[in-house]
Amino acid sequence: MNNDGFIDLKGRKVLIHDMSLRDGMHAKREQISTAQMIAVASALDDAGVPLMQVAHGGGLGGNSLQHGFAMHSNEEYWDAVMPHIKRAKVSVLLIPGMGTMKELQSAYDHGVRSVSVATHCTEADTTPQHIAYARKLGMDTVGFLMMAHLNTPEGLSQQGKLMESYGAECVYVTDSAGYMLPEDVKRRVRALREVLKPETQIGFHGHHNLGMGIANSIAAIEEGASRIDASVAGLGAGAGNTPLEVFVAVCERMGIDTGCDLFKLMDMAEDIIVPMMDQMVRVDRASLTLGFAGVYSTFLLHAKRLGAKYGLPARDILVELGRKKMIGGQEDMIEDTALTMAKVRGLIKDKAA
Amino acid sequence: MKKIRCALIGSGNIGTDLIYKIQRSPLLEPVWMVGIDANSEGLAKAREMGLKTTHEGVDGLLPHVLADNIQIAFDATSAYVHKSNSDKLTALGVMMIDLTPAAIGPLCVPPVNLAEHATQGAMNVNMISCAGQATIPMVRAVSRVQGVKYAEIIASVASKSIGPGTRANLDEFTYTTSNAIEVVGGARKGKALVVVNPAEPPMLMRNTIYCLTDDAPDEAGIIESVQQMITEVQKYVPGYRLVNGPVFDGNKIAIFMEVKGLGDYLPTYAGNLDIMTAAATRTAEMFAEGILAGRIKLKEAA
Repeated sequence: MNNDGFIDLKGRKVLIHDMSLRDGMHAKREQISTAQMIAVASALDDAGVPLMQVAHGGGLGGNSLQHGFAMHSNEEYWDAVMPHIKRAKVSVLLIPGMGTMKELQSAYDHGVRSVSVATHCTEADTTPQHIAYARKLGMDTVGFLMMAHLNTPEGLSQQGKLMESYGAECVYVTDSAGYMLPEDVKRRVRALREVLKPETQIGFHGHHNLGMGIANSIAAIEEGASRIDASVAGLGAGAGNTPLEVFVAVCERMGIDTGCDLFKLMDMAEDIIVPMMDQMVRVDRASLTLGFAGVYSTFLLHAKRLGAKYGLPARDILVELGRKKMIGGQEDMIEDTALTMAKVRGLIKDKAA
Repeated sequence: MKKIRCALIGSGNIGTDLIYKIQRSPLLEPVWMVGIDANSEGLAKAREMGLKTTHEGVDGLLPHVLADNIQIAFDATSAYVHKSNSDKLTALGVMMIDLTPAAIGPLCVPPVNLAEHATQGAMNVNMISCAGQATIPMVRAVSRVQGVKYAEIIASVASKSIGPGTRANLDEFTYTTSNAIEVVGGARKGKALVVVNPAEPPMLMRNTIYCLTDDAPDEAGIIESVQQMITEVQKYVPGYRLVNGPVFDGNKIAIFMEVKGLGDYLPTYAGNLDIMTAAATRTAEMFAEGILAGRIKLKEAA
């Protein structure tokens, strides 16, 4: 660090991990066609993005009434994109309790070579069998600590250490609610860096609900993170992920080496991703509420739909979910909460009583 | 009144909570608790509550089985050691109530199929999982009215209510529960999801049950069936409660439940613990009645 507080990141290498075809599935209510998958995956590969996640928004086992059924199975998506990818690796998300080792084996059999084993930021000990299995398959294995703002830097670093002990080669600070500010990110990455082995990488996964995706990612890099999740034009849950092409532009200005072709990514954002969007993925009233109240980004579209169904503002439902401390995976509690609120407000009669 | 003497294997949350449930039973008496760690809190609790204990696993119990006339054993260890525990004990004529996801014996959800098992006299019955006990009665409540092509359940449990064994083996929990939704619940395809929530104060166990019916749902029939089934479960888990629903949306039915525990070993938020131990106790009582009445003859010691 210079004495004016400036941290020079020139020459730092960062691995960019695209989320458009997994987190982006949330923004598309899981409705992405195989043709669109192929177009996006080919363009990412052509632009030099080294790693891309391809799956249902909930990852392995995500196809469900709880999380929505995608247009195709994960296997159909992988089989569609693999022949069109020359350089990049394909990854997948596995949330224990939803995804299982059987599905991980299938992912591997269909060409997936990297997995983010994800859990709420305090529950790392639900991941040992999946992390060990991924390592046994020889996959690039990431431990992914979601809703990281809900654990202290010290608590989070202990959870990361557990994942490392199970075999994770990289540990992520995952800002699922898009709630964190750069200082929150720095303190958590720093705490992890202090306890993890030097060879264990650190990653950051952001959501742009407070418009902090880029700033938070840079903050993470300053503290030693070397993997950044992002999606082109931000296609992802809530107000989207860290917008990938913007992040790459900022990295170029700062001299951070991503290996990606900025102009190709800009064109891709404009010509492929934005036309795919059903609604503009941006900071609006509801997605800003997620970031402000610290609510899981995936809850956004569910809250909007159920708010319309029961005559409640989506914002009220989201604030109540935050108050009740609901976490990722509890999408069923959105309708439950909306029903209870609608009863209390006299909008519906309580049949069950 | 004569009671059937029982052993509890596994000194974690489930095994320890079972002591309370069994001590309260008019038909069962907890005599032994088996652990593998001499310093475990569960074994200390068991001694305090008057049980004999061993920290040498099932092998530490075997020499006492016949002398102490142990006729029913509850296994709350893990899927990986259950078969070996079961083989050793059933060879001595002990009936096994399996609370692990091993599921080597028939699957039992008391209000759905206990009566059937009790007449068949299996030496090993499996209790599936807490999520299974909390949700399969609801799947069955719908499937006994009309065909269910798919049922999906989401169980949310408080972080403090699940022990290290369950945490380290979530896949077994998922597989066993999904299978039981089909085999016992009566859905043609089943899926189970589990979420561990660390909120403080801890949240009560919540369960959501979704069913897709083959034809347009018979709303009145389903509502009545659900309410009857809830009354059945409440006989052994008083805190089993409908919070919202059933919500009918085309052929999709959503039922939102809550389970509040009795607060025996863990506080009331751990409804998941209670529904498992209460179901196991009820199952054992049904077998005990049969044994005491001479209707069920346990296999002679080999």
